[in-house]
Amino acid sequence: MSLLNYFKINKTSSASLAKERLQILVAHERTSRNQPSYLPQLQQEILEVIRKYVNVGQDAITVNFEQDDNQETLELNIVLPDYHPKSF
Amino acid sequence: MARIIVVTSGKGGVGKTTTSAAIAMGLAKKGHKTAVIDFDVGLRNLDLIMGCERRVVYDFVNVINGEATLNQALIRDKHCDQLYVLPASQTRDKDALTQEGVGKILEELSKDFQYIVCDSPAGIEKGAHLAMYFADDAFVVTNPEVSSVRDSDRMLGILSSKSRRAEQSLEPIKEYLLLSRYSPERVKLGDMLSVDDVQDILSLHLLGVIPESKSVLTASNSGVPVILDDKSDAGQAYADIVARYLGEDRPHRFIDEKKGLFGKLFGGK
Repeated sequence: MSLLNYFKINKTSSASLAKERLQILVAHERTSRNQPSYLPQLQQEILEVIRKYVNVGQDAITVNFEQDDNQETLELNIVLPDYHPKSF
Repeated sequence: MARIIVVTSGKGGVGKTTTSAAIAMGLAKKGHKTAVIDFDVGLRNLDLIMGCERRVVYDFVNVINGEATLNQALIRDKHCDQLYVLPASQTRDKDALTQEGVGKILEELSKDFQYIVCDSPAGIEKGAHLAMYFADDAFVVTNPEVSSVRDSDRMLGILSSKSRRAEQSLEPIKEYLLLSRYSPERVKLGDMLSVDDVQDILSLHLLGVIPESKSVLTASNSGVPVILDDKSDAGQAYADIVARYLGEDRPHRFIDEKKGLFGKLFGGK
């Protein structure tokens, strides 16, 4: 334990903050990097089809693409509202 | 067959051209016939860093268009006769470089040279794409700073999916980390990402750390690659990097701070 360390103030350093932010960001960007480029358009078109029948909001659909060694999974999640004004 | 090295980063201003000039000179000084190519069409600068700006007659684009031969365009370095510079064109036509044209030139150079160093422009546009497309090895120059690390990661994604080796399912490009503008003092104070931090995020093989150094500016002022300043810390760092790349086992330096008298007395450890 050196004499100088005694005077150091223990606060969160900006470098550790930088590392934490980068780790989250880079992990996120790496997953979206491997996604097929048609994903946003696919999401938009599915939304349009559903809107013909049910009035759903822009964020009612989430499309998830996952990849592991031997398979690719496209997960589609649509949240329908409780009340369907266009249904018969 | 030549080994093609791309010096890349994504972000601008991190030291790609400084690094290209230094490692090309380092390889040539070790006796390997080396060509260094400026891919920054429209913003030529490697010639200035190499100190051959007044000897540029023909450029990269002239050769692609068949207006000059490779031998006419290559400039022999005044410090080392194993080193040749191929300057970029100052044209504003951003389509001047073509994949076919670049491929042909690299193939022709490969017959005669042992190493071809491609100095990539910043960004991920055409020039950067073509600089990395034919590469065998990638030197990813990164500063210990958030935007540079992020852009380097982005570049790694491009190297592994958009390069010739990726497209033809060949052995992937070998990627190396060169951490530049490093300041051990600031790392110790917690103000700067450390080598370990950057490696945790990028998971790259570290080829070397180049310390923040006044000698880099002095070298570019005088148009002499910093590696020739063998008294300077940056010059020595680049010499280490070249040696490690060629397979020599050298311990890493410039990671810990230099201790002054005060530090030696009170620093502990």
